[in-house]
Amino acid sequence: MRSDRSNRSPLALKIAAAAGLAFLHLPILLIFVYAFTTEDKSYQWPPPGFTIKWLGVTWNRPDVWEALWLSVRVAGIATLIAIVLGTLCAAAVSRWKFFGHETISLLVILPIALPGIITGIALRSAFNLADMPFSFWTIVLGHATFCIVVVYNNAVARFRRTSGSLIEASMDLGADGFQTFRYVILPNIGTALLAGGMLAFALSFDEVIVTTFTAGQQATLPIWMLEELVRPRQRPVTNVVAMVVVLVTFLPILAAYYLTRDGDHVAGHGK
Amino acid sequence: MQTAVLFSRVSRHFGNVRAVDEVDLDVAEGEFFAMLGPSGSGKTTCLRLIAGFEQPTAGHIEIFGQTAEGVPPYRRNVNTVFQDYALFPHLSVLDNVAYGLMIRGVGKRERLQEAETALELVRLPGYGDRRPSQLSGGQRQRVALARALVNKPKVLLLDEPLGALDLKLREQMQEELKALQRSLGITFIFVTHDQGEALSMADRVAVFNDGRIMQVGTPQDIYQRPRSRFVADFVGASNVLPPDFSGSRNWASLRPEAIRLVSSDGRPARVLSRNYLGGQTRLSLEAGGQRLNMLAASGDDLPADGANVRIDWSPDDLHLMEDGE
Amino acid sequence: MSVPQTAILPGRGGAAGTAADLFWRNPKVLLALLLIPPLLWLGIIYLGSLFALLAQSFFSIDEFSGLVKYELTLKTYRELLNPANLDIIARTVLMAAAVTIAAAIVAFPVAYYAARYARGRWKALFYLGIMLPLWSSYLVKVYAWKLILAKEGILNWVFEKLHLTWLLEAYLSAPVIGGNSLSVSYTGTFLVFLYVWLPFMILPVQAALERVPGNLVEASADLGATPAQTFRNVLLPLAMPGVVAGSIFTFSLTLGDYIIPQIIGSSRLFIGQAVYAHQGTAGNIPLAAAFTVVPVVIMGFYLWGAKRLGAFNAL
Repeated sequence: MRSDRSNRSPLALKIAAAAGLAFLHLPILLIFVYAFTTEDKSYQWPPPGFTIKWLGVTWNRPDVWEALWLSVRVAGIATLIAIVLGTLCAAAVSRWKFFGHETISLLVILPIALPGIITGIALRSAFNLADMPFSFWTIVLGHATFCIVVVYNNAVARFRRTSGSLIEASMDLGADGFQTFRYVILPNIGTALLAGGMLAFALSFDEVIVTTFTAGQQATLPIWMLEELVRPRQRPVTNVVAMVVVLVTFLPILAAYYLTRDGDHVAGHGK
Repeated sequence: MQTAVLFSRVSRHFGNVRAVDEVDLDVAEGEFFAMLGPSGSGKTTCLRLIAGFEQPTAGHIEIFGQTAEGVPPYRRNVNTVFQDYALFPHLSVLDNVAYGLMIRGVGKRERLQEAETALELVRLPGYGDRRPSQLSGGQRQRVALARALVNKPKVLLLDEPLGALDLKLREQMQEELKALQRSLGITFIFVTHDQGEALSMADRVAVFNDGRIMQVGTPQDIYQRPRSRFVADFVGASNVLPPDFSGSRNWASLRPEAIRLVSSDGRPARVLSRNYLGGQTRLSLEAGGQRLNMLAASGDDLPADGANVRIDWSPDDLHLMEDGE
Repeated sequence: MSVPQTAILPGRGGAAGTAADLFWRNPKVLLALLLIPPLLWLGIIYLGSLFALLAQSFFSIDEFSGLVKYELTLKTYRELLNPANLDIIARTVLMAAAVTIAAAIVAFPVAYYAARYARGRWKALFYLGIMLPLWSSYLVKVYAWKLILAKEGILNWVFEKLHLTWLLEAYLSAPVIGGNSLSVSYTGTFLVFLYVWLPFMILPVQAALERVPGNLVEASADLGATPAQTFRNVLLPLAMPGVVAGSIFTFSLTLGDYIIPQIIGSSRLFIGQAVYAHQGTAGNIPLAAAFTVVPVVIMGFYLWGAKRLGAFNAL
């Protein structure tokens, strides 16, 4: 793939690739158009007119704010838990070759590899068995479970790039395990953890399948949207919320991309 | 003179692999000591045993008279220049050099000053603000050296320190390392698979094979009086001759430059091929069923391929080894 | 002089120093400390829940009281295999297969272009162009298609402007794939599945193609192969592990999804919807659990096959 010859791509390939990308992006762009439509009873195209009044209406909706705030809190705490657990796992797996190495990798990936409905229903029946009432914390528990893998993948990739001789060099220069962790390991994996954390946040922020099973009365933003999708009641507000969700998830993804772009192409793996 | 590093019957086994097998070794204080051997011969494991990255399976290690087994690397006043330099990518060059002092709690001003002095010592003054990634291979090597030396270690370990450098730079660094070691008086132990490097730099050389030391001695000893076929073969392309050829009970070694072309007497031989090396030409010969290499001064009078010649050497140059029939 | 003169230095002392020495001497203690928290979480809470769920499928529900009877039986599995449920399973698997094949076809040119022709800034743009749709909200993506496929929506409008409404109507009148409108047809469900899972196919295929040296293609051309022959004999076999890796995602995700067919599609159930319905209003947890075993078993076979094809190196 690294041929320096100036390869010209065949026209058909160019068109097919462009069509594929357009297919991926046009529907999302459509969301932005609908957020400003004046039509509020149907999904009429082309929009009869444009207005920004729905932004204001949405801004003044307490239920939207409540759902957004819940989603942010859940994603924040789930991300923190995932960072701690994912990093511990990655450190153990990268530093030592031990029995069960592969089992651990599999275990971490499982919550995301299995269909979300299985993770959701399994956790739900476990909470039922344990007589745990559904609450903020049951949502966090579910989200953290499938967020671990994102942090883990980012951290493992970075640990792999951080050569073992750096750790030895640090110890050679008089630093014990804790000092080495603080002065060498942490600065080297920091951006990878941050990137993993961003992706975990994005993943948790719009997760809906597991959440429907682990939430009680609480509505996260995706749950709020799902209800609107099933029984549309306030189409214009939903349009605006959809646009905001797109913007809110793009930021951490872009940040994560810039944090890890030199070297590990890890951002996508694991979702 | 005090012993800097002492190994007595030290072994390091990894499962069934005897990486280091009952090695005895003593390195004197202030010595420039080379560990020479092919890859997998145990020389690097020995270095790691001294640094503390490996622990011996059996045997005893002393560093300046103090027991070293069970002592972690961070408590040994021994520093290493790593093969891949292992510079911290997140720190500037100056912070890299000052790292050991920072860990020991030396104040910021003092440690940066000492680090700058160390950079001057390796002839990189003013490079402190750069990142390791902005340096060339040779410069990184010097930074790694400064980072180790700034701690004033009792022993400096160098793991194939010049392996990644190109030929010219390597020769220059050989000179500099030797001069540095002489002026600092610190014990240097370095690992290499390059016999030329070992012979030109070291006060003494230990030749490793299969986890054991085959021979320890001065470069002259090792080169001129190899004790075994392995050493003769590995150090300097000597001709290794079987007992029936040398006419004694033991194998013998004969250096290529010791063979002369003669017009009468000597042994009959045939020229198989010639290799022009510049000032010298290497002739590949066949004599009495034995292949021999000889080095001759380049010139017009050298015999052509396939020519029948006569060769001879002085009996002193035929060195008998310990390997018998 | 700040530097000590002995060869062996005293320890740092203090609790941290003592602990560091302990960990250095016994790395296994540290390893255990690192692994215990994640293993407690994933190994006990998560795996425990999964096994608890699996165990429930071996219980059954009492037809009269509607309560779960806690005794081991295969009755629930017999129920799972009745014709109506087999219908659901077959429908879901066929949909997953169709989505997977279509995703592979659409993904290939994008992945190929990104891997072979995109350079520098374009490469980064392509990468983001795949990553952003991958990570953007699942529900928003589904919602976008609800907008597109609506009767008054953009797709019908495009057909109308092109005077092709007759074509769309002819298509919708076809059996199985058609329906009253696109948003309540299998075609609609299929399109949304394809859209939502497509990035999961592009990335592994691209990763596999990145590893094909460019000169292989040139070598093939040099040996007289036409571009079509090169594609068939060189590129496709080398990209295959990537396609298989991507298909693991598209297949598994389609098998387990219950939201897309609920929002866009006919009223006929998919596995995910059946699970949701049985655990929810019907309260038949054993049957719901038995239904979840289906995708797990199918994916088990799928992964086993994929592993034999060496697909995991492309993940």
